Parts: sequence; structure tokens; C-alpha cells
Amino acid sequence: MTRFGRGRGRLKIWAKIKPAFWDRRDSDLELLNYRRLWRTTFWLAVVVTLAPLMFLALINLYQFQQQYQMQRGEITSHLQRLLATNRVQISYFLDERRAALAYVSLANTFQELAEHRHLNRVFSRLRQAFGGFVDLGLIDAKGIQRTYVGPYNLEGRDYKDQDWYKEVQIRGIYVSDVFLGHRNFPHFVIAVRHERAGEESYVIRATIDTGRLNDLLRATDLQPSGDIFLVNQQGVLQTPSRLYGGVLTGFPLLSGPPAEWQGIREVADNQKRGLLLGLARIQGTPLTLVVVKQPQALLHKWDLLRINVIVMVGLSVVAILVVIWWVSSTLVTRIYEADLRRAAMLHEAEYTNKLASIGRLAAGVAHEINNPVAIINEKVGLMRDLLGVSQDFAHKQKFLQQVTVIQDSVRRVSEITHRLLGFARHLPLKNEEIYLEALIREVLGFLGKEAEYRNIDINLAIPKEIGPVQADKGQLQQVLLNIINNALAALENGGEINISVAEQPNDAVAISIADNGVGIPKEHLQRIFEPFFSTKGEKGTGLGLSITYGIIRKMGGRIEVESQPGEGTTFTVILPRRQPTSNQPAPTVI
Amino acid sequence: MRVLLIDDEKELVSTLSERLDLRGIANDWATSGEQGLELIAAKNFDWVVVDLKMPGLGGVETIRAIKQRQPQARVILLTGHSAAEDLKQALEMGADRYLVKPVDIDDLLALMQQGRD
Repeated sequence: MTRFGRGRGRLKIWAKIKPAFWDRRDSDLELLNYRRLWRTTFWLAVVVTLAPLMFLALINLYQFQQQYQMQRGEITSHLQRLLATNRVQISYFLDERRAALAYVSLANTFQELAEHRHLNRVFSRLRQAFGGFVDLGLIDAKGIQRTYVGPYNLEGRDYKDQDWYKEVQIRGIYVSDVFLGHRNFPHFVIAVRHERAGEESYVIRATIDTGRLNDLLRATDLQPSGDIFLVNQQGVLQTPSRLYGGVLTGFPLLSGPPAEWQGIREVADNQKRGLLLGLARIQGTPLTLVVVKQPQALLHKWDLLRINVIVMVGLSVVAILVVIWWVSSTLVTRIYEADLRRAAMLHEAEYTNKLASIGRLAAGVAHEINNPVAIINEKVGLMRDLLGVSQDFAHKQKFLQQVTVIQDSVRRVSEITHRLLGFARHLPLKNEEIYLEALIREVLGFLGKEAEYRNIDINLAIPKEIGPVQADKGQLQQVLLNIINNALAALENGGEINISVAEQPNDAVAISIADNGVGIPKEHLQRIFEPFFSTKGEKGTGLGLSITYGIIRKMGGRIEVESQPGEGTTFTVILPRRQPTSNQPAPTVI
Repeated sequence: MRVLLIDDEKELVSTLSERLDLRGIANDWATSGEQGLELIAAKNFDWVVVDLKMPGLGGVETIRAIKQRQPQARVILLTGHSAAEDLKQALEMGADRYLVKPVDIDDLLALMQQGRD
């Protein structure tokens, strides 16, 4: 879908959910600005409801954050304790072995140790007392292995140029990296230099099985997401790791140059997971103690809680927004409709007043005309009488014809004046017995000429048994006049209007006025009873149907409209036979 | 049968009188309620035709006065226009019949004929 298409889609949705008043800005009715009213209501409600919710949610999240930090702090300090304890234990383990070797050099002379049998005896005592010793050798000041007890034959080997020998000469002690030695078991070497005044220095070198070291570390339980082990300076595992593999495997987080720091740090592994990594160097050895912990596993429940809170707040916000939207739209729509009704009533009153004034004027004029017409009528009548009794004379027939025409004209004038009088004098609402057929014919008397000129057929279908209704004659005339006028306006020349009256349940009658004119588009149907809604442009006031609607409502009836564009429109007025307010005072005769 | 015609339009009432004369109906006419009542005092009438709207003594008062003085006289009220309540009002005032201007003389005669039967 193109961007344009999406924009139109949005417009369509908006057109559907848009409240009725939305496009009604400040109008000539001096009504409220409904859009502004709606906005004020909506945003005020949003702020008042969402602000405390958001405030609570933020406090909640802040507390979670605090808890999270606390928990994390606890994990860190736990790791720190572990690191310290294990370092002490490992140092102690190594010190013990070194001290044992130092004791061997103090308790025995070079000559004793150089004797193979004696060294063998010392070796077996060491194994008994400490365990883990794999071999033991004596290296003289020239770097030559003098005696050796163990699985290899290393006697006579020259170590003078080897790094470890140089280191033990300088530092007095040497602890090696772990290597796979005899029977493929991991081992490491401890060498101690013996030096005493007056004696030639020598070195005692022992190979030790790492099994005991492994046992020490294994005793620390860091399940399920943690691990503790030793690495050398190149980051190669010196004891097996549950997470990173066996001995002499590379430890990925410390590959490369040895780390400068010690303590606990947060690092990310190759899967970008946060890890707590703790390092502690074992002094005097190439070994570094490593603890690893994935805090996420422990902090997961806090994350769940936090997600719960966010989801709940999100859902609440959506629900609140929907409800506020609905409430403010309904509220403002009600106000808008009430305003429309009020405006319609005002205009109806104004219109009725205007009609009353015009009516009084018309009645006055009609009355004034009626008197001279009555005189003309009598004079012509007398002329006819005299002609009747006089002898034949020239042009007598012609005179009689003229008299007839004058009498016909007098009748027409008097019909008009009577209609005007009859129509105008019913302006105030009152209750009288009305025969609908007579009333409809009277109304058609006003419009009949137009229909005749435009060749429009008006058909009446009024059953004889329809009884009279109680209503205000003038008002009902007004109603029918408006509807029939509209029907005429909707019709092409040569069209048709069908007027029918039918009984309705609950002692009511229905007057239907159907035309086969242009019809009313669906979007106009809902608005045709609104004041100032007109499709006639300059020609229409937009008040006719709104007044009609108001009158019918006042009479306790209702008006219905059905229309098919291109096929025609049917207005149906349903009136109760008796009016709800029948105690109107009788009007004064004009 | 004697008829009295009362209407403030002299041309109307005199012409109507002349037309009744032509039909052989004895009649008098007056152009105000007061003048009409003077004639009532002098003669007996079978029918009195009275206009509803007149200056001075109006139709209603005139009818009332006629009914007091000559209860046997029947009254036809003339009005400018027809309406159910007008008829009712006229009957309440004591009028026996009701006619709308302009008056068709045949209607008037028919009314009086009915009243006689």
C-alpha cells in the first residue's frame, strides 16, 4: 500500500469514529465550539486519571530498580566473599606444599637427599602426609638433576638453561602452569631453592597432581549459573570448568594479555549476556582464581514483575483512553444535540411569531376585501334579478354572461379570502376535530396550481372510514404544506405524488406523502430535520422540515422518512388521534 | 313573512333588501345595531339578519337585544368567514342560523324556508 493509500485508510477510520459535532465550529447560532469543549474534557480527564497512574507506575518501577540493585549488590558481595575464601584456601594449599618441600631441604642434607634410597623414603613420607605428590627430584647448583623419584627417568638431566630453573634461582620458589603429564593427568610443579651459609645451594622439585586443588574448588557450589576455577596468565583453564570446558581449554573472557584488574566486574559474554566476573591473583604463582556468575538468572523474577507492571499499566492506559474518548464524545454530543434542539425551538418560535404576524396581516386584508366583495356580490345579484324580470333588450344575453362571469370571479375572490382567513387564524396551538381529507384538500388548494402547471399528478387514497383527529388545524396544515412543498421541489415536471392515510395501532393515524422524485442521499437523511440543513442552496431556509419535526413532536406524533436516491421519498407522519395537551385555551378570533 | 336586515355596509344591505323586494319578501333594513333596534321596537319581524362586526352596537349585543324584545324572531348571523367555533359562538349568542359573506341570496332564502317548516 502506498503512503497515500494509508493516509486515506486513516481518514476513513476517522470519518467513522468522528463525533457528529466535530465539523461544527463556531456557527452563526453562536453555539459553543464543541471541538474545543471536547478537547478540554478529553485532555482534562486524561491528565486527571493518567497522572496518578503514571506516578504510581514510576514509583513502582523505581522500587523495582532499588530492589534490583540491592539484589545485585548481594550477589556481588557474595561473589567477593567466595573469591576471597577460595583464594586463601588455594594459597594455603600451595604454601603447605612449598613449606613441606622447604622442610625436606631443612631436615635433610644435600648428601642425604642425593642418595636415591633416602630420597625415595622422603617421597613416600610426603605422599603419606600430604598426598598428591607424583615425583620428587634434587637438582644441584649446576642445574643437573642428581636424584629423582617418580615415574620417569630424569636423573642426570640438565635444567640450567630452562626458564623455571632461572626463576627459582632468582625468586627461591617456582610454581608452574598446569600440564598433562604422567598418565595424562593434569599436574603442576613446585620447586624450592635451598640456600644455607657455607653450603652449596640446590633445588628440590616436586610434581603435584591437581586433583586436590580441583576438590577444593568443587566444594564451592555456584549452581546453576555460576562457576569457579583457575586460569593461568594466558587465560588457559588450570582446573576444569563446568561452563567453559576441561583443563587447558582457553577461557574466552580472559584470552589475550593478562587482565590488569582484580575484584568483581560486569562483562558481556559472546551472546551479549551480562556476566559478573571476579578475578583474584594467587601471589607467587601464575594462577588467577576466577568466579563467573550470571546474575540474570536470579534477577529474572524482578524483570517479570517489572514487565507485569508495564503491561498492566499499558492495558489500563488503553482502557482509560477508550473510556474517556467515549464519555467525552457522548457528553459533548449530548450538549451539541441539546443546543441544536434549543436553537430549533428558538427559530420555531421566531418563525411562528412571524407567521402569526403575517397571518394577522393577511386576515386583516382578507376581511377588508371581503366586505366590498360582498357588496359586489349583492350588486351583481341584483343585476341578475333585474335582468330576470326585464323584457328582452339588445345585448340582454351578453349582459347575463357578464354577470355570470362577475359572480364566478366574486366566488373565486371569496374562496381566496376565506382560505386566507381560515389558514391564518389557527396559529396558536389548539385542539379541534379535523377531517384529514378536507384538510389535505385545503392544503392542496394552495399548491394545486403549481402541480397543475408542472403536470404533476397528485393522488389521494383516504378511506372513508377514517375518523377525525384532534389536532391544531393550522399547524397540521403547515406540516402538510411543508412536506408536499418539498415533494414538489423534488419532482421533475410530470412526476407523481401519492398521499394516503391509514389507521395505526394505539389509536393513531399515519399520513404518507410519497413522491417519485430525486430522493435524498443517505448521508443527508440523518440531517434533514436539523435546523439550517438545506439542499436547496440559496432558495431554502433549512427550517421547513425542522419546524415540521418540532410541530409533530409537540402534537405527540412522529415523522419518518424513507428515501432511495433516484426513486423517490416517502414521508410518513404518525399522529395520535388525541393530543397530549388538550387543555389549551380557545384562541380569540382575528 | 317580514325580514329585518342589519349591516353597517349600506350598499350591501340596501341591495339585499331590493333583491328580497323583487322576490316579494317584505323587509326593512338598518345600517347599525341601534337603528335596527328602533325598527324592532316599531314592528314585528319573523327573521332578522345581523352582521357580526359592526361599529357601535356589535352583532352579539344586537342579537341579545332582539331576543329580549322579540323572542319569536329568528336570527341569522352574517360573518366574514366560516369556522366551527364561530357557529357555536353564534348559536350561544342566540342566533338560529349562520351565513358566510358574500351571501348567496338562494342560500338565505333556503335557510328561511327551512326555518319556517
